[in-house]
Amino acid sequence: MSRYSRHIILSEIGQEGQDKLTQAKVLVIGAGGLGCPILQYLAAAGIGTLGIVDFDIVEESNLQRQILFGISTLGKNKALAAKERLEDLNPTISITAYPERLTVKNAVSLFNKYDIIVDGTDNFTTRYLINDASLITNKPLVYGAIYKFEGQVSVFNYQNGPSYRCIFPTPPKAGSVANCSEVGVLGVLPGIIGSMQANEVLKLILGLGNVLSGKLLCYNALTAESISLTVNKSETEVNKVLNQKDTFQDSHEEFNCDINLNELSIIEALQKENVQYIDVRETHEQPKVDIINPILIPLSELELKLDKIDHEKEKIIFCQSGIRSKKAVALLQKNKINNCYSLKEGAIAIIEHYNKN
Amino acid sequence: MNLNIKYFGMLTEVTQCQEETFLFSQSTVADLLIALFNKYPLLEERDFQVAQRQTLVSKDAIISDVEIALLPPFAGG
Repeated sequence: MSRYSRHIILSEIGQEGQDKLTQAKVLVIGAGGLGCPILQYLAAAGIGTLGIVDFDIVEESNLQRQILFGISTLGKNKALAAKERLEDLNPTISITAYPERLTVKNAVSLFNKYDIIVDGTDNFTTRYLINDASLITNKPLVYGAIYKFEGQVSVFNYQNGPSYRCIFPTPPKAGSVANCSEVGVLGVLPGIIGSMQANEVLKLILGLGNVLSGKLLCYNALTAESISLTVNKSETEVNKVLNQKDTFQDSHEEFNCDINLNELSIIEALQKENVQYIDVRETHEQPKVDIINPILIPLSELELKLDKIDHEKEKIIFCQSGIRSKKAVALLQKNKINNCYSLKEGAIAIIEHYNKN
Repeated sequence: MNLNIKYFGMLTEVTQCQEETFLFSQSTVADLLIALFNKYPLLEERDFQVAQRQTLVSKDAIISDVEIALLPPFAGG
């Protein structure tokens, strides 16, 4: 087959290696900055079965780095849009799109259908969930993460090797580490790191070279330097996860360390019923948005007025632009108040929505 | 001993440098962290791990090499 001839003429791969790629089943979680190059190279290489998990939609600000998308896919679900693009790139492989969030409920059954898991997500909640579900289902995990101009790559849970928790045992405090949408990222960086992840997937399947297990590769795009740190396995951390195997699906309390997962647009907010709106701006701030009938508790007083929060309702918190409201959600979560969402773009979005309609 | 400390990711926003020479005369990683928090109070609020001689080590490890790296987790993707 001429499609794979450049693989097949490599003596290290050959037809036998190409057949291994055809038989492989790889699940990629996140079809964003990392997911796009990962998926593109895996589909092009002829990975026979590809799964794509992403609940998010394509936005214009994604196009600076998320190379599977374009003007024609704005507003579409990323998993579905990626599947469509990849089917054009390689119609000979089987691609399944999962346009949904990865959760403790669906992770294990989903992972069981694949041989290798690839982490291309943008938040710690999902990263820890992926790590733990990979451990529980005993699947190798190809990890990548980025920050501004730097990236990390590793392979976890490979042949009894270390896991992500052997490096970072517990998730950081909510809101303490920013993601790309908050601090920005050099567009080509996820291209580099995602390509390294795709490379590790191919090595795993083909049995070539040294898999990046027990090592954390740290790359800096500005210095073009990379260093590889040795990671030792922590049996304690691994066993902590394995011991909760039977209760894993009920353990979602623990996975709640990213406030960006609790953000809603005004459209999503208005679809909810039984909602309490909370305006956390200072009392002098304008414009007021009486139309949604919010209770007013300035962020500075929130912790003292927790008794005003309605535990029976979902809480949608807003401020002027959507930044203080995230802090408010983190603060409420810290006080064990669940079902709290931060409204994207705050009061401005509410006013604009009602002016338009 | 003069340590050569490398900082990664958001830690460089606290230290305002990617690398520095740091005079250290005590014993463990935990001691080093106290000294670093003293110099950079905001560092204490950050999550990170410490590597010595390019290997991640625990807080009670003895500092025996001049090559130290401070590595935070990254969320982005």
